[in-house]
Amino acid sequence: MSEKELEIRDVSRIYTDSGNAQANGVEALQHVNLDVYEGEFVSIIGPSGCGKTTLLRLIGGLDLPQAGEILLHGQAITGPDPSRGYIFQQGGLFPFMTVEGNVASGLKARHLYGKKKQDVQKYIDLVGLTGFEKAYPHEISGGMAQRVAIARALINEPELLLLDEPMGALDSFTRADLQEKLLEIRQKSGATMILVTHDVDEAIYLSDRLVIMTPRPGRISEILKIDLPHPRDRGSEAFSLLRSSILEKFHLASAHE
Amino acid sequence: MDAASVKGSALLANQAHQKGKATDRSYAKKLTLAILLTVSGFLIAILGNLLIPQIAEGIKTPTYELGALTVDLNGFYRLVLSGIILLYLLLGFRAFFDEKYRAKYLRQARFRFVMGLVLLAYDICGTKLRITPQPFFPGPAQILETFLIDTQQIYTNLLYSLRLFSAVFFSGVVLGVSTGILIGWFPKAYYWIYPVLRLTGVIPAVAWMPFALTMLPAPFWAATFLIAICSWFPVASQTAFGIKSTPRTQFEAARTLGAKTPYLVFRVAVPNAMPQIFTGITTACASSFTCLVMAEMMGQPGGLGYYINVVKVWAAYYKVFATILVMAILFSLILAVLGAVRAYVLRWQKGQLV
Repeated sequence: MSEKELEIRDVSRIYTDSGNAQANGVEALQHVNLDVYEGEFVSIIGPSGCGKTTLLRLIGGLDLPQAGEILLHGQAITGPDPSRGYIFQQGGLFPFMTVEGNVASGLKARHLYGKKKQDVQKYIDLVGLTGFEKAYPHEISGGMAQRVAIARALINEPELLLLDEPMGALDSFTRADLQEKLLEIRQKSGATMILVTHDVDEAIYLSDRLVIMTPRPGRISEILKIDLPHPRDRGSEAFSLLRSSILEKFHLASAHE
Repeated sequence: MDAASVKGSALLANQAHQKGKATDRSYAKKLTLAILLTVSGFLIAILGNLLIPQIAEGIKTPTYELGALTVDLNGFYRLVLSGIILLYLLLGFRAFFDEKYRAKYLRQARFRFVMGLVLLAYDICGTKLRITPQPFFPGPAQILETFLIDTQQIYTNLLYSLRLFSAVFFSGVVLGVSTGILIGWFPKAYYWIYPVLRLTGVIPAVAWMPFALTMLPAPFWAATFLIAICSWFPVASQTAFGIKSTPRTQFEAARTLGAKTPYLVFRVAVPNAMPQIFTGITTACASSFTCLVMAEMMGQPGGLGYYINVVKVWAAYYKVFATILVMAILFSLILAVLGAVRAYVLRWQKGQLV
């Protein structure tokens, strides 16, 4: 196994500052522990409210834990950084910039555009959007928009790509298409990927390891290793067995409440 | 595919082809008719002006040199009408090639025709028969005569108004956008400045007039102050609103890309606020026109408002109407330019919001 990249140590996050009275005091994460290794594809899966997005936001540095720590190569995460690319479920693109402008914004935000201008086209080509450089986000489909977001994150050459249900709002054809693209990008860039999803099939299809979370309080109930060789066949028996065993685990977890 | 369906589809294709041709021909016919309709209204107005005699015949109307031409008021009026006809002919020619514009031209044909007839009626009642109360409602030819009598004055005053307006309006907008960014971005600025903005914003700018005229060193500065206030408030509050309503995801996305505060403010928040900023600017523009004319009437050494004030004293109402006509054209042009700038800046929004 390769080197440990990310260590999540006994992390808890309770929402107290929220204006929403119902969300007040809700324990979004309780004593979460997880290690992620370099080059790995890890999916975090669970029903809504299990804290999977909260965990991803903490890794991204968009939020800070109240207890415990998150270490990247031994260094505590204190805020967002371009070395940890983040893909939002939707609305992450700048609507007032073209595809090209959005991808370039990754460089412009760090004042590197002058030096690395030629990278823009390279990453647009990588995500397969050649020819759409001058289009605005509202002119392209949801799947294409997510690919722009991925190109924009990749242009900063992140070691970690955090994906927050990037395919949640897409139809099933576009979704399958983007999943393939994601595996291809992973192979080309070598980045470690952490995907938050509520789609069991998607998680099995893509990941090396699968983290199952349960809600109230949000915690990790199980970590599964998936050894199926790529490309995976969604119709195969091994795939179906995995799927039913994972669904069974969710069923048991919710029966406990 | 069997033979029958092949034949069927060929038939369909043929029909579609013929239909396409038919619509082609019919639009040419329709457009020609529309051009004729548009132009004929103004043609009737010219004929009316030529053929209907002046009620007070024998009185010699003064003539003016216009390049090589020598015209009296009716001659000039007919010249202007001919200009309008020429313009609509050229636009009609354009409509043959520009499909989008064609629909607009066709739609407006009836209105333009009636406009010509209204001008005819107005000419007969106002100038020819003098049925309308004089000198309060002069005919179109008399109104246009102003431009021959007072060419220089109107030109100078127009420039004066334009200079005052553009200088102050732009500084007001710049000031408004900067205040708006401050208020929208910094909670402390919001706390301290926003209540002041709320309170001063609802006061009609004209209410400051006595204060401005007595406290400021020159009428020019008084007008500057008034117009600046007019444009500052709507721009500042709309900018602040736009910045505050920028989706949180936009900022988070920028931060994960390595953006620092200046980038977040000027490359994320301000572009997101652009639609609201333009709403503010359009509102500011309209109220600034009011302020401008009011300020000019109350004590400016020049400008269209000043000119109205001067000619009013001589009961030269045809000149008042002429100035109003100039204002209508000037302010429409300014709003049109603003609209074009807005459409360009917000081109990313096209089709998103209607």
